[in-house]
Amino acid sequence: MEQNSPRGAERQLPVGEALAVYKAFGETRALIDVSLEVRASECHGLVGRNGAGKSTLVTLLTGLSRPDRGTIRLGERSAPNLADRSAWLARVACVYQKSMVVPPLTVAENVFLNRPTTANGPLINWRRMREQAHQVMLEWGFDVDVDQAAGALTVEQRQVVEIARALSIGGRFLILDEPTASLEKAAIKRLFERVRRMREGGVGVLYISHHLEEIFEICDRVSVLRDGELVLSGNVRDISQENLVAAMVGSAPPRRASEIEAVQTRGAYGEELLEVSNLSVTSRAGSVENVSISLRAGECLGLVGLDGSGSATVADAVIGLIKPQSGTIRVGGKPVPPGKVDAMLHRGVGYVPQDRHARGFAPQLGVGENLTLTVLDRISPGILGLVSFDARDKIAQEQVNKLQIVTSSLDQPVSKLSGGNQQKVVVGRAMAQEPSVLVVVNPTVGVDVASKEILLDAVGRARDEGMAVLLVSDDFEDLRICTRLQVMVRGRISRAFDQPPWDRQQLISAVEGLDEEEQAGHG
Amino acid sequence: MAETTAESAVKRPAPPLARRSVRVVLLNWFRELPLVPVIVLLMIGGAIVNPVFFTSSNLIDVATGGAALGMVVVAESLILLTGKFDISLQGTFGLAPLLGAWLIAPAASEGLGTEWNPWIGLVVVLLVGVAVGTFNGFLVVKANFNAFIFTLAMSILLTGLQLGWLGGKTVYHLPQVFIYLGSESWFGIPVQFWITGAAFVVAELFLRYHRAGRAIYAIGGNLEAARAAGIKVDRIRITVFMVASVLAAVAGLMQAGRVTAVTAGQGTNLIFSVFAAAVIGGVSLDGGRGRMIGALTGVILLSLVTNILTLSQISSTWIDAVDGAIILVALGLARFIGTERA
Repeated sequence: MEQNSPRGAERQLPVGEALAVYKAFGETRALIDVSLEVRASECHGLVGRNGAGKSTLVTLLTGLSRPDRGTIRLGERSAPNLADRSAWLARVACVYQKSMVVPPLTVAENVFLNRPTTANGPLINWRRMREQAHQVMLEWGFDVDVDQAAGALTVEQRQVVEIARALSIGGRFLILDEPTASLEKAAIKRLFERVRRMREGGVGVLYISHHLEEIFEICDRVSVLRDGELVLSGNVRDISQENLVAAMVGSAPPRRASEIEAVQTRGAYGEELLEVSNLSVTSRAGSVENVSISLRAGECLGLVGLDGSGSATVADAVIGLIKPQSGTIRVGGKPVPPGKVDAMLHRGVGYVPQDRHARGFAPQLGVGENLTLTVLDRISPGILGLVSFDARDKIAQEQVNKLQIVTSSLDQPVSKLSGGNQQKVVVGRAMAQEPSVLVVVNPTVGVDVASKEILLDAVGRARDEGMAVLLVSDDFEDLRICTRLQVMVRGRISRAFDQPPWDRQQLISAVEGLDEEEQAGHG
Repeated sequence: MAETTAESAVKRPAPPLARRSVRVVLLNWFRELPLVPVIVLLMIGGAIVNPVFFTSSNLIDVATGGAALGMVVVAESLILLTGKFDISLQGTFGLAPLLGAWLIAPAASEGLGTEWNPWIGLVVVLLVGVAVGTFNGFLVVKANFNAFIFTLAMSILLTGLQLGWLGGKTVYHLPQVFIYLGSESWFGIPVQFWITGAAFVVAELFLRYHRAGRAIYAIGGNLEAARAAGIKVDRIRITVFMVASVLAAVAGLMQAGRVTAVTAGQGTNLIFSVFAAAVIGGVSLDGGRGRMIGALTGVILLSLVTNILTLSQISSTWIDAVDGAIILVALGLARFIGTERA
């Protein structure tokens, strides 16, 4: 195992391999005969857009599901039985974005979670456990106090605990799934240091990231997945950024003509309806630094960014779900109190939340009732506040027609609708309020193609009628209704596209956080 | 497993792990057991209220009174640590000894008249515990029923069976074997006190030093992480339900032995004191946090309060209100002192 030249990765044995694996979910082919190999002492990057098959590959490599065809091998041996969790854990570990530490327990216990400290006995030797955990931390140069409660750790430290757990089991194949998504710049530097150290120690790392510049900084080899197929694999130093992006995007034309072309009409816009200046927010879902946005009537601004880039945080802060650290938000020229959702809705700002199941609708209530939740004051006139069912049905029916919601009646519970129709209810609810500004976050996630078109068309029509739309999305098909785009990377607006149609390749490079200088002359 | 780590890692001498200083250890104890000073204050207060308080017969009374409660608190705390709870422990507490007593007592003292061997009666008591615990465990853990509403319904059912069976009467004239736990003493101290004390000690040690005990904490602390670490999550949670019900059955047996009879109302409203004792003792309702020794301080506190209220000349109709107020104060203190825990 002595390895003096970590760059000699080519001669190393593989620690984990997928051999022509194929996996389908119903009609969807998630992975099509993908072969990938991670060797000892290498950091192997895995990139691909959302839905390319990265997570499916991880579930296969970690034994959470079985390939339909092909084989998984771990450290020169064929993979253990799926039921034998401890055999899998001993050979491969994955650090997910979601934290897998147990907060009430100490760091030492988290490292030795469900493992014996003495020769396979059922009793815990606390002193040995603490010493061994401490030993692991020292060996790999991790700086975390093993007696601390894991609940008191930072995101970075929790990640270290999980890495230490994997390494102390003896696994030499580590998968890091977007490890930098919620880390600060300095923490990312330290993570890279750890990855290098693990590489020197003989560990093979599969490094999944959306941020391509990280791949170039830390990885030896890189593989690209697109639509379930392995389209590129090779040494990082032999691959240019252009080639990498091209492999992710594909040279084929967009699936549909409408995907990337945007509104051509660019008339004079109306008055400024929403102004966000110098917004800074600290959030686990992606912090935001000094972001300013201006939105006029008839405009649709697309805020484009990956998970954790802060684009969704901007929407949450604008609507008042999160209270910003600093910055002002004005609607129609007047400042609004920060962190108050009801005040924003009252000023005529509509909101289509990201997670429709959590914030979008009341599942057991009827379609009609859900559609009119935002306009209760309009349908219950007078001081008694009694709801007029006629008024309610009239408003609801109008939205059902506009958005072509497929429902048996206005009384049908929303939980019984399809995903696409549920989302139409969420959008309809915001529209029923006849807002002057609409804040929309990922409106077409998990929605079928036909509903997608209807939803985007409805928002587009409202924009033409003078509504100002702030659209937060990482789905390029959504961007066709936008009049201009701003790209967010790591909490800042990194680039602006003022004139449609958008150049797909440039857009992806910007979103993935490649240096702007590399991409001279944007549209 | 450390061998595998060492062989491939970059070797360097490891400085020894610093021992935790005595002060830190003491401070942690204080944080984990915020009720200890409260208990000391209560005892001083008790001595002032009534000089009878510090007599050995009164203290033995307190211990006896708290023994059955304490046993159920051990049971409930185990379940709470896994992140679930069981309200029907009070139903088991009443029904299990009732069934046992009914089968062994003569018809003249409200038994069935079969007059089985009292040892069989004891086995029946334990079997009822196993059966109820298994049923609850499977339906709450495997079928994913909401623990609150499911065990509430079970509690009503079990208590109702108890009442219906006896028609409101009491089974008495129980054989010595059956009431031994609740009526005898070892070294001048009631047997049930020893048993409950042993249950606390064993549970505390098991939770701290056994892999399954630590798994209970991991399950309550982060279910997904526990599952990903290969812990057999469902099996452990169901087992905990079973063990807890058996403990509740034993507690019911101790209670029956103490009053040498099983009443139709045995166990009614017990569960509120059980939850109160566990929670003021630092066991989290969310799971994963708390220690048996903390729960023990909760039991001691509640037993002392009951005793002191009885000794003081407070009108009996006001005792519940004062009891509730003192629990609230204890909760506040526990949160205030043990900020990291509560």
